[in-house]
Amino acid sequence: MGKGYKTIAFYPQRCDGCQKCVEACSEFHAGSTDPVHSRIKVVEAGGAFGLALCRQCGEPQCVMNCPAGALEKDTETGVIKWDRDRCVNCHICTLACPYAGITYNVVSEEVMKCDFCEGDPACVKACPLGALELKRGAEIFNEWAELEDLVVPGISACLGCNSELVLRHTLRRVGSNVVVATPPGCMAGVGTVGVNGKTGVKAPVFHPLLTNTAAMLAGAKRYYKRIGRDVTMIAFGGDGGTADVGFQSLSGAAERGEQMIYICVDNEGYMNTGVQRSSTTPYGAWTSTTPVGTVLRGKSRDAKPMPLLMVMHNCEYVATASTAFMEDYYRKLEKAIEAARRGMAYIHVFSPCPTGWRFPPSKLIEVGRKAVQTNIVPLWEYENRVGRIRFTHPVENPLPVAEYLSLIGKFRHLDEEQIAHIQAQTQRKIEVLKKFTSEQTTTTLHHAA
Amino acid sequence: MFHSKYLIVGASHAGLSALDAIRLIEPEGEVTLLCAESTPPYSPTILPYVVSGEVRAEEVFLRRSDRFERMGVRFEAGARVVSVQAGDHSVELESGEKWEYEKLLLATGAAPSIPRIEGLEGVSYHVLRTLEDAEKLRAAMSAAKEAIVLGAGLIGMHAAENMLKAGLKVRVVEALDQVLPAYFDPRGADLIERAFLEQGIEILTGERVEGVAQSGGRVELSLSSGKTLSGDLLLVSTGVKPRTEYLKGSGVEVEEGVVVDDRMRAGGVEDVWAAGDVAQARGFFGDSKRVNATVLSAVEQGRIAGMDMVGDSALQPYGGGMAVNTYTFFKHRAFSVGMGKVSESEDDFEVDQVYLPSSFCYQKLVFSGGYLVGASGINTELDPGVLYQLIRRKVNLEEEKGVFSAKPLEMGRVLMSQVWR
Repeated sequence: MGKGYKTIAFYPQRCDGCQKCVEACSEFHAGSTDPVHSRIKVVEAGGAFGLALCRQCGEPQCVMNCPAGALEKDTETGVIKWDRDRCVNCHICTLACPYAGITYNVVSEEVMKCDFCEGDPACVKACPLGALELKRGAEIFNEWAELEDLVVPGISACLGCNSELVLRHTLRRVGSNVVVATPPGCMAGVGTVGVNGKTGVKAPVFHPLLTNTAAMLAGAKRYYKRIGRDVTMIAFGGDGGTADVGFQSLSGAAERGEQMIYICVDNEGYMNTGVQRSSTTPYGAWTSTTPVGTVLRGKSRDAKPMPLLMVMHNCEYVATASTAFMEDYYRKLEKAIEAARRGMAYIHVFSPCPTGWRFPPSKLIEVGRKAVQTNIVPLWEYENRVGRIRFTHPVENPLPVAEYLSLIGKFRHLDEEQIAHIQAQTQRKIEVLKKFTSEQTTTTLHHAA
Repeated sequence: MFHSKYLIVGASHAGLSALDAIRLIEPEGEVTLLCAESTPPYSPTILPYVVSGEVRAEEVFLRRSDRFERMGVRFEAGARVVSVQAGDHSVELESGEKWEYEKLLLATGAAPSIPRIEGLEGVSYHVLRTLEDAEKLRAAMSAAKEAIVLGAGLIGMHAAENMLKAGLKVRVVEALDQVLPAYFDPRGADLIERAFLEQGIEILTGERVEGVAQSGGRVELSLSSGKTLSGDLLLVSTGVKPRTEYLKGSGVEVEEGVVVDDRMRAGGVEDVWAAGDVAQARGFFGDSKRVNATVLSAVEQGRIAGMDMVGDSALQPYGGGMAVNTYTFFKHRAFSVGMGKVSESEDDFEVDQVYLPSSFCYQKLVFSGGYLVGASGINTELDPGVLYQLIRRKVNLEEEKGVFSAKPLEMGRVLMSQVWR
């Protein structure tokens, strides 16, 4: 494995704000427990914990912006070192750092930042709850790699299949204490129903009808509850099995608060039966049932806003996700696992399809990334307990939608008017979602509904 | 005739930032950095500290000596570009040397902007933009007794403080009716001014200089109020303007500065980029392009230019510049980001203020439609960088506003730690 620098990772869900890390840092650096000397700050606001600490960035803004050359990333250790002798106390570093990783100490009258305590950070050792961990940047990803892949090598998905990626990663995180439902669709078609852990998925998996996935999982969950076993129910429905054919059973299960994780793997159409349109196929897209000719110019209707419909069902948890933003997806899976103990957790995963959408398999992640960067696929989550939507990857300056559309064959025919429609629709969608970021609006809509 | 695939003119924040961005993608291709001065790269922001003696002139350089060698970058000091032939893809230096390029970055920064005042041309005065200026000013200070500073911007105020500490009697003249008009509202400016007055610096705001004359070693200023001032050292610190004179006839589109798009491509010609104090780029709060002469803009623009020059697909177009700065004076510290100057009486804005003049504290947050658009503080514990990010990332605070207003430090940190993995 190549060389990697270490960073201190923070797990806010494990933190209780005890301040032992802060005391340990002050003690190490100043011989006093006065928090003023601490390079690490854990603060609470709005019921959540936040961390102000140097992340030892790969492209450190503090270093780039320091006019005195007083900050430098050590190429051996990766630690960003502050040179007291060169520092002129101009504080531009405190403006350049997005994470309050370098702050002003009013007692010593100079800036201070984490120096890793000579390689063995006192804060990490002091944390009784494991909320701080010293690890190599890459280890954050390696952790996932070490989780068991519950799908055998060699299932029959197409080259560059995103849905396979979703299946593998989701089951890695959720683990083997599951019952998996794969209704008709790509996920069933690629052979997830296996035998003896040698083929398909190495966990109990069944193949419901397109119409009854959520109903069957609800029944299975109730059975396990009755015999006293805590097993996670998880469905991998395609957009057809979720938004079209399976919608009534999903809607019913959501309304009843059935405890399950329902993953909609949205490849925007019936990709394994010959690329027909579904209700989540976006406006303008070519499919075999929305052809492009002299009269028709691809699909003439906009997609059904499936994730928002699930918010309106008052689910415990609803999120959108993309495999181009894997950390975001893993975080959401963690929340979904927890929420599924109380009720329905629904994750709508954007799943570009090289075969049906006509783009090279090598462009899969780029398509996913551009979809997010153009706001075609905004990443957000809704926690019932919080009562509103939160953008998990807000896009500062969205790219024009054309930068996404031009990557994909199914949009190749679009004229300017159609692109303008998609641009406007994308903007409208964001405006609507923004309304749901207000608790009041969300509550009002729930009550009104 | 010399040749370089990438040619970077100017060796401060923007140029260095572009260089790093290019090398991240292309470890081999020829890169040359042309520096007009005869020194290694440094930041103009450091100069007040050279004047004060807090840092020695030979310690200000931004890259350790072997850095360029390790990066395989050719660094040419004393190479001042006097003209650009964009059609031929070449530039000409003062020495007559010619350089051909495939891609050119103009990062030539800014020069002092000298006001038109009768008699000013005939007197000797100081400016502070180069290391040479700083050393000259430092030397002059040791011989002088009474200094006059023209312009109460960051450079002028820093210099005034340094001169006072060096034992000079100091007077600051500012045409507008407050100090630091680019960054602070009248209330914040008053507080800062108070610190200066308490230290014995005289500040004359709302005074235009009508004429300047010199007799013997002394300069004499006549002011619009009829007052006259005289001193033995004059510093003109009335702002900066982009250095573009070498672009005459080059076809590069120049208004106030070099007009660039959101990838820092210069208008009017091919294969030319501009970044930093010389560039006129998108403003964050509106569409009109402006010169935003701050370190942060220079670093960011330089990086975008470098990424575009090398074809880095991770490039995110420029989101626009805003006024941001930190300022430390007489053991006090201040910062300002974005629209920190908006007053509470303006429509469309909501302003939260904490003003404790007796303990010399002032904190101000400006919101518009659920978004933070500006903040400033004097001796507050807020994190300027966190607030800057909340503004530029357009983080919707509508729902958190109550908590945010009550606990801006904590809420800001919570929000920013959520975006880190």
